[in-house]
Amino acid sequence: MSKDNQNTPDGKSDNEKIINNVTDNEYKYGFVTDIDTDVIPRGLSEEVVRLISAKKQEPQWLLEFRLKAYRHWLTLKMPKWAHLDIPPIDYQAISYYAAPRKKEGPKSLDEVDPELIDTFNKLGIPLNEQKALSGMAVDAVMDSVSVKTTHKEKLAELGVIFCSFSEAVKDYPDLVRKYLGSVVSYRDNFFAALNSAVFSDGSFVYIPKGVRCPMELSTYFRINAAGTGQFERTLIVADDDAYVSYLEGCTAPMRDENQLHAAIVEIVVEDRAEVKYSTVQNWYSGDKDGNGGVYNFVTKRGLCRGDYSKLSWTQVETGSAITWKYPSCVLQGEGSVGEFYSVAVTKNYQQADTGTKMIHVGRNSRSTIVSKGISAGHSQNSYRGLVKVAPKADGCRNYTQCDSLLLSSTCGAHTFPYIDVLNDTAIVEHEATTSKISEDQVFYCNQRGIPTEEAIGLIVNGYAKEVMNKLPMEFAVEAQKLLQITLEGSVG
Amino acid sequence: MDNKILLDVKNLHASIDGKEILKGINLQVREGEVHAIMGPNGSGKSTLSMVLAGAPGYSVTEGSATFHGKELLELSPEDRSHEGLFLSFQYPVEIPGVSMVNFMRAAVNEKRKYFNEAPLSASDFLKLMRQKRAVVELDNKLASRSVNEGFSGGEKKRNEIFQMAVLEPSLSILDETDSGLDIDALRIVAGGVNKLKNEKNATIVITHYQRLLDYIKPDFVHVLYKGRIVMTGGPELALELEEKGYDWIKESND
Repeated sequence: MSKDNQNTPDGKSDNEKIINNVTDNEYKYGFVTDIDTDVIPRGLSEEVVRLISAKKQEPQWLLEFRLKAYRHWLTLKMPKWAHLDIPPIDYQAISYYAAPRKKEGPKSLDEVDPELIDTFNKLGIPLNEQKALSGMAVDAVMDSVSVKTTHKEKLAELGVIFCSFSEAVKDYPDLVRKYLGSVVSYRDNFFAALNSAVFSDGSFVYIPKGVRCPMELSTYFRINAAGTGQFERTLIVADDDAYVSYLEGCTAPMRDENQLHAAIVEIVVEDRAEVKYSTVQNWYSGDKDGNGGVYNFVTKRGLCRGDYSKLSWTQVETGSAITWKYPSCVLQGEGSVGEFYSVAVTKNYQQADTGTKMIHVGRNSRSTIVSKGISAGHSQNSYRGLVKVAPKADGCRNYTQCDSLLLSSTCGAHTFPYIDVLNDTAIVEHEATTSKISEDQVFYCNQRGIPTEEAIGLIVNGYAKEVMNKLPMEFAVEAQKLLQITLEGSVG
Repeated sequence: MDNKILLDVKNLHASIDGKEILKGINLQVREGEVHAIMGPNGSGKSTLSMVLAGAPGYSVTEGSATFHGKELLELSPEDRSHEGLFLSFQYPVEIPGVSMVNFMRAAVNEKRKYFNEAPLSASDFLKLMRQKRAVVELDNKLASRSVNEGFSGGEKKRNEIFQMAVLEPSLSILDETDSGLDIDALRIVAGGVNKLKNEKNATIVITHYQRLLDYIKPDFVHVLYKGRIVMTGGPELALELEEKGYDWIKESND
């Protein structure tokens, strides 16, 4: 089942010209921080894997994990099944480790390089706890390492662990060893194997039994160094009856070259626990002619292991030249719940192939998928989703709604839903729509005094509202603005 | 008749897809006046309203229109709105996911921006909404729903007049506002229009039928036929048309 909408570039209306008058708006996070960076030579080999592990002073078991992953990766080929035109990537031309040089791991903010603090301030992420949003703890990751995690002590009082992955390996090796690779095996796919071999840093979250994490936890990922890839890894564990809301934001400098980002997010949700994972992905998407931009290949998966556990993914994807990403839920627990709410915006020559997998294993598990694609310019935007119900999973339900909004006559929107139901009691619904912003809607707004750009913003935000409403408040406002700015000059 | 001229349309020609629809319209509207434009289907009534409001797809090939002394046809549709032109649409569009509150706040604040005024505070704005809702007896719930989405025909038209009440235009063009309305809805909509009428603003009522004019009393009635105003009279002309139909006009103008 696949439904394609490919318009021809004929019969442009005035409004369309406005839409097609594609974005020359500045990517405001495109600056480069001039900082002394420790970059290892380009190329990938067993020595490089060992070097990364040594630089991070890792235990033997983790080195073994990396090496196994690396050797497995060597046997794999890049996946070709996505609706993406991916130029060949030379994995030997990338540096796999870049870290801002620092003295012995900064303990207080005074020891963090002011350039770094300044960088994150510019990105709207104050690392100074007095200035930081009181309701949010932030782990700031620049290139391959975590720069600073705020509010750590306050969280520790509740037994909540929120720290960089490297610290977790040092301080909580048993926890990390227990869960690392338990949801996304290094054998899972090409990029998961690559990440498992060379991952540098990321965030680690553990919410103990019965604890409701009192603040939003957030990791902010920043690529800075040139010629490097970013391979971070996030591991979140919510023990029985725990709750956490976690946010992830990403930006990168504007560069002519393409940068590779291959991340893994693993989430484990135990009995009656709930995890909300929200992403606002705004990696540099390349210029209007399609030069540069981040290649974003991400494996995100959560295991709802406990009965009545719940995992909710919300993503607003506006950046990256290429996005390949399917945040998924394995609904193993009885009555467990998986949700996926997504807005994916593509413009210029961006390509996105994104969606989710809902794997129903537990009885009476439920899932909801709401995907809103918005395509402009010459972009290609695909939804790809799998709903699978295992033979013994009685009484499962899935509802999928998959909408595409086209803002130009040269873009493409595609839907690839896969439904694999092996149990007769399952109820699976799929709805899909494709629409364009009509000239009539824009004129109606114009007539009421709302100029076209604002009208588009309003209409697009209205279209995406169901998903935006799922974002935490602080993020929702930002995301709305982002949506509006992203589409500036590209609508009609 | 010494009131100031609001709108002055001179020899207006307009076409759509290369086909000429308006073939030399002349129309003067002064403050405080109500003009009715009647005519058979396809005579150009809706085209006239769309051209005046600046809808895309129509091209003006000849003639001019001034509004408050400014060249109307050179203004963007949103600036025409800010200058005080309001069009009540024959078929108001739905905008899913955009609440009426958000929509109207954007509209009101864009207008204020145009006049270099600060945006209305949330509480002032909500107060304004409440006040204006009363004009057309619009339900609070309706105002929190998405723009026109799932509204009945009558609700859509009431919603148009509600927006008119909020934006306080100096010239309102009501395009077939009576179509699809039952008699109660018609009374409410017409009542709203009458409440908003004063000596400074003017209304152009486009309609097929005399019925609406029982409620909104016109000062002038124009008959539009084949892209020209072929006859102008007082309210009695509407009654005459109701009685005799358009055939006698067609005959004398074909």
